[in-house]
Amino acid sequence: MRTLNQSIVKDLENKAQQIRKLILEISHKAQVGHIGSALSIADILAVLYFKILRINPKKPKWNLRDRFILSKGHAVAALYSTLFLKGFFTKKILLSYCQNKGFLGEHPEHRVLGVELTTGSLGHGLSVGLGMALSAKIDKKHYQTFILISDAECNEGEVWQAALTASHHRLDNLIVIIDYNKVQALGTTREVLNLEPFYAKWEAFGWNVFEVDGHNIAQMLETFTKVQTLKLKVQNKKPTVIIAHTIRGKGISFMENKLEWHYFTTNDKQYRKAVKELES
Amino acid sequence: MRNAFINTLEKEANKNRNILLLTGDLGFTVFENFQKKFSKRFFNMGVAEANMMSIAAGLALSGKIPFVYSIAPFIALRAYEQIRNDVCMHNANVKIIGVGGGLVYTHAGPTHHIAEDLAVMRVLPKMTVIAPIDPIEVRLAIPQILKKKGPAYLRLAKKGEPHLHQGKIKFEIGKGIIIKKGKDICLITCGPIAYNTLKAAFLLDKEKISTAVVSMHTIKPLDTNLLENLTKKYKAIFTVEEHSVIGGLGGAVAEFLAENLRKNLIFKRIGLNDCFCHEIGDYDFLRKIYNLSAQKIAKTIIRSLKKHE
Repeated sequence: MRTLNQSIVKDLENKAQQIRKLILEISHKAQVGHIGSALSIADILAVLYFKILRINPKKPKWNLRDRFILSKGHAVAALYSTLFLKGFFTKKILLSYCQNKGFLGEHPEHRVLGVELTTGSLGHGLSVGLGMALSAKIDKKHYQTFILISDAECNEGEVWQAALTASHHRLDNLIVIIDYNKVQALGTTREVLNLEPFYAKWEAFGWNVFEVDGHNIAQMLETFTKVQTLKLKVQNKKPTVIIAHTIRGKGISFMENKLEWHYFTTNDKQYRKAVKELES
Repeated sequence: MRNAFINTLEKEANKNRNILLLTGDLGFTVFENFQKKFSKRFFNMGVAEANMMSIAAGLALSGKIPFVYSIAPFIALRAYEQIRNDVCMHNANVKIIGVGGGLVYTHAGPTHHIAEDLAVMRVLPKMTVIAPIDPIEVRLAIPQILKKKGPAYLRLAKKGEPHLHQGKIKFEIGKGIIIKKGKDICLITCGPIAYNTLKAAFLLDKEKISTAVVSMHTIKPLDTNLLENLTKKYKAIFTVEEHSVIGGLGGAVAEFLAENLRKNLIFKRIGLNDCFCHEIGDYDFLRKIYNLSAQKIAKTIIRSLKKHE
């Protein structure tokens, strides 16, 4: 395995921290929740947007761009912060998040450049992404489609319909990342609707399955490299799922693994404390 | 109607390589030729309508024109949120084909009937809703929905529907067609129940009530210009549809009339009256039970006119 360039990892870690700070900033300003879910995916988005995805903010509708769908739309604060850092829009637009006359709302909308799909209702993104991947196969285009889904989203039947369909059609250009933070709206995934054995389920549905620490940038980079290697193998031709073990509210001590931070918003004191934690 | 649909689609698919056909594991003896001819553009997506609809949206967002086919209740209701969010919210160029509108699937029972699809499709922003009255309109509707980018719902019956149009017709989305002239009252209809409606009109003519019939094949956008003219010309207007009287063609016309009141205009919606059909029998039998035979339609109209005398 090739040695990963330490400076790339450092740079991406830095990007993830910037995303976290922006999540806190816009959520605090707007007094909007879902902070825990957004912090959970900050590292994943940093890796995707600053290393993996072939996209160009100057040509957001480029035909051959990689597609990325945030199917767990409620974590949009992370996506919008990332799109801003990537140069899709200005800070002024980012700060309009959930403001009167603002441009950005609490779930991703297609009208925002860089957003492929309006989401918010769980369970749609994987199937729509599958359609995009299928279209690429029909046209022999080489873009890849990435879909980030949540663990609770796997309660939806459509996810498993798509899981069957993607392997049936041998869509090796489809990569799903699951934000497996194991907490959903009213309890842990184990309490609400148990997903385990999760790895075995995806494997049985005919997917390449990887497990990573969703906050370990070096490990995620290695995994994405492995996925690309697999894609080159003629006999594989399977879609890939990366189960990213994550922590809801990651990075802020008093939010980590706390169910209530699906709903709570920060008061001034909490906001200052959170920012301080990120800066230390 | 199914054959008119697939034959026309084949012709269009020859001209436009972006056209795809997705089916929810239905279409035995209908799709074989298309599948053979366009093997890489035909997808049996299995019995997974919600997934199929979202996939269609993804294909459309990548430049394809998917036609998505299933029995009407399965496609219109099972995949409804996918139609709303993934198709309509993105103005995705997905063409939805619901077969078996109304009571067509007779003995299959109420799970396979549908009296709600026009209502729920009509309420969706960006959606075009069409229920052709005969195979001729089906043939003419396909190129039109292709020309109009964005979502469309086409409600078909099944097979063997009679041709009601004679001679050449001009078919345009959102433009009703007068299929029978008359002086006193006007029946507005959509879907193949137009056949019984037309027969009812001839029965009414015999009763000295000169009756016009309009094919309002497009339920959305509704031809309000034509409606306005009809309200000026006729003393009574009736809608006839094999759909719930709530929310479909009758609902749409009622909404228009309520906002454009004309004094003394008699109006009644004829259709399925907020019910599930649990009776067993053939198509004519069921239509008769639900007051949609030609005789029953005529009778309802006469009764309604008498009430207002």
